[in-house]
Amino acid sequence: MNTEVLAAKVRRHVLTMTHLGKSSHIGSILSMTDVMAVLYGEIMSYRADDPKWSDRDRFILSKGHAGAGVYATLAECGFMSIEKLKTHCQDGSDLSGHVSHKGVPGVELSTGSLGHGLGVASGMALSAKRTQKSHRVYCVLSDGECDEGSNWEAILFSSHHKLDNLTAVVDYNKIQSLAPTQETMALEPFADKWKAFGWNVIESHGHDHKSLKAALHKNSVITDMPTCVIAHTTKGKGVSFMENSVLWHYRTPQGEEYEAALKELDNA
Amino acid sequence: MRNAVVERLTELAENDDKLVLITGDLGFGVLEKFQKRFPKQFLNVGVAEQNMTAIAAGMALEGHIVFTYSIGNFPILRCLEQIRNDVCYHECNVNIISVGGGFSYGSLGMSHHATEDISVMRSLPNMTVLSPSEPWQAAQCIDEAINDPRPSYIRIDKSSGGISKESGQKFQLGKANIVRSGQDLTIIATGGILKEALEASDLLSKKGVECRVIDLGTIKPIDEMAIIAAAKETGGIITLEEHNKIGGLGSAVSDVCMDNGVLPKFFVKMGMNDVYSSVVGSQQYLRGHYELDSSAVVKQTLIALNK
Repeated sequence: MNTEVLAAKVRRHVLTMTHLGKSSHIGSILSMTDVMAVLYGEIMSYRADDPKWSDRDRFILSKGHAGAGVYATLAECGFMSIEKLKTHCQDGSDLSGHVSHKGVPGVELSTGSLGHGLGVASGMALSAKRTQKSHRVYCVLSDGECDEGSNWEAILFSSHHKLDNLTAVVDYNKIQSLAPTQETMALEPFADKWKAFGWNVIESHGHDHKSLKAALHKNSVITDMPTCVIAHTTKGKGVSFMENSVLWHYRTPQGEEYEAALKELDNA
Repeated sequence: MRNAVVERLTELAENDDKLVLITGDLGFGVLEKFQKRFPKQFLNVGVAEQNMTAIAAGMALEGHIVFTYSIGNFPILRCLEQIRNDVCYHECNVNIISVGGGFSYGSLGMSHHATEDISVMRSLPNMTVLSPSEPWQAAQCIDEAINDPRPSYIRIDKSSGGISKESGQKFQLGKANIVRSGQDLTIIATGGILKEALEASDLLSKKGVECRVIDLGTIKPIDEMAIIAAAKETGGIITLEEHNKIGGLGSAVSDVCMDNGVLPKFFVKMGMNDVYSSVVGSQQYLRGHYELDSSAVVKQTLIALNK
């Protein structure tokens, strides 16, 4: 699958989904879209017609507010109809703003409160190790989410247990809910922190598919170490007026702004 | 009681390699045998209850039957959101063993007094809440928790209720045990404090008051029939728990009565009066201090019966 094409399709879907659902977090979703496209378009093994296939790679979105990005990617990869995406955030829909597994094939874990995904992913990775399974577990986190202490419990745990079948990807767009991460709760030196906890750290350009593919490739794994890919991203990537803007963490694309964003994506 | 639990887990682990026991760095002198025999089914996550619960959920989602182990409030309160979102919403077979219900760790202070646990756990959808009153019941609880695919909370008391295994009683999920017959009133207790209910019923019997005593080992799903029968057939209901009055056993029993339109002639909830325990002492001392011992039960009964 051409991952660039997949990313472009997902960007268009999520813009329309947040428009129709009048929902937030478009900036956070666009930020991680290329990571999702590379994971589902090239890196991960799965069977869309058999979502519970036991040898599938597991994917957990810990930054659950970007759920639309997961739904759109899954739909493009054949887990559900594209048509269903229109129900996102609508009355009675199971496509909630924060990612939910109920009624949604392909979603392993429902999240929404930050700081949950990596611990569960670590439990899955440990289970795979103890049962001699060879699949991998991928978990995408936000940068702001790394304020949560529970993540650092999981980070300690995963290196202690040498979970080299686990990859955490941090969508490092450097803007969290109210302000830049460095103003809110400084993460830097971020890579050094993960390294100090015993992780194999790879810094990647989060919108350059070649860079992401290299970082996420199994050849980048170091035996006995979990891998952290710090994906340097741009919040709102792909829509000029949304890029690097705190506003688009919450603002929903409506009216002229929606039309303008759609035009930019179509012309990209 | 905790030893009986770990012994049973050790027996069951022998035949089920899916069974996993995870501790949050507690269980000195208790868990070593399990750890030694089944190192691949044992995990000490360190002092990290949030991660313990998340790891448990992750393993359960992969098909393991997981038991988390810690003391008092530790395996449920800091990690409550992991229990709610990761375990209960995903209907994981994660079973939380809390050693030290109520005042079991009486001398250790308020942090170690588990007096809101039943209330918090029973409010979570999909969660089963078990509170055995005897070591042999606690062991049977483990089997019930495994057979029940839902998450469960298992409240392990230090004290025992005083019902021997030879009594023929059995711990069955969702089933109350009537451990004493009588018609003047019913005392419903959960956990080791059952002992106070039984002693009170002996003392009351000498005064001509015959109590039905119910050992309610499953708080959720609750045995509605036993409660409705108690309300209809006996002169009133007293609930007794080492727990806050709000949301615990007493509340669960009163819910059954109100939901079914069956009103006992009197209803007395005995528990902590919405306070934190700021004094310390033995479990028995604290029962006396908070008026939850047998003499307090006798006193409340006589007031309720106008005697």
